[in-house]
Amino acid sequence: MTEVLFFFAAALAIATALGIVLLENPFYSVLSLVANLIALALLFLLLEAQFVAFAQVVVYAGAVMVLYVFVSAYVGQPDHTPRPSGFINRLAPLFGLALFAELTIAVVGSGLQMLNSAGPDVPATYGTPAQIGELLLSKFLVPFELASFLLLITAVGALVLAQKRRGLDP
Amino acid sequence: MTTTWYVVLSALIFCIGLGGLLTRRNPLVILLCLELMLNAANLALVAFARAWGNGDGQIFALVVMVVAACEVVVGLGLIVAIFRRRLPVDADELSELRG
Repeated sequence: MTEVLFFFAAALAIATALGIVLLENPFYSVLSLVANLIALALLFLLLEAQFVAFAQVVVYAGAVMVLYVFVSAYVGQPDHTPRPSGFINRLAPLFGLALFAELTIAVVGSGLQMLNSAGPDVPATYGTPAQIGELLLSKFLVPFELASFLLLITAVGALVLAQKRRGLDP
Repeated sequence: MTTTWYVVLSALIFCIGLGGLLTRRNPLVILLCLELMLNAANLALVAFARAWGNGDGQIFALVVMVVAACEVVVGLGLIVAIFRRRLPVDADELSELRG
């Protein structure tokens, strides 16, 4: 059952990832990313990370993607101009494939015992909001506070970027 | 399923995102490809967390999500600002700062 779910989610994730890169209309790319995020959330559930999967679907696929949909409806026009057949464009798929081959060789060839197991047996509380919350407020308190500070700075930055400025707007 | 499967899948998604980042010219799609790469890294982090059997990697994944959300907000703000100045929404033509 786990294998079936894994290969289903993996195939969905790869297909939607290719969709993001290859579809011409940015709106379809956004929808493809939503499907990709849901496929990844399924993989997180298989890894018993319930809270991360939940946050992925609610915060990411729900909230962040709404922002993308609005902006792509505002500015996104289909990219009908022919793809430039430049040096980089011809080389990019090759480069991606080479990097994938290199990473795969590095992972498979590392010979780590850990990689060849599904991990130790974990208690039923693993990945629950209780465990994540305890970690966030004890061991990872500083990163947690820094993340909230970063969010605050970003909110201010977005306001500065989006406001009208005299002399610059036509 | 062993951890290797998850890590290799994450590498594949990362490389697809990288290919898109290099070939697409619409800044919106470039941001989407960036999201894809961040999510691939998230998958690897959660897979390693499961392999160790502790929750640390999941915290890293949550922090990556926060950083990705910030990046989206600033990036989309920039795209909207570009659009409102009637500049072309095209990464190749926005080359005024090129050295």
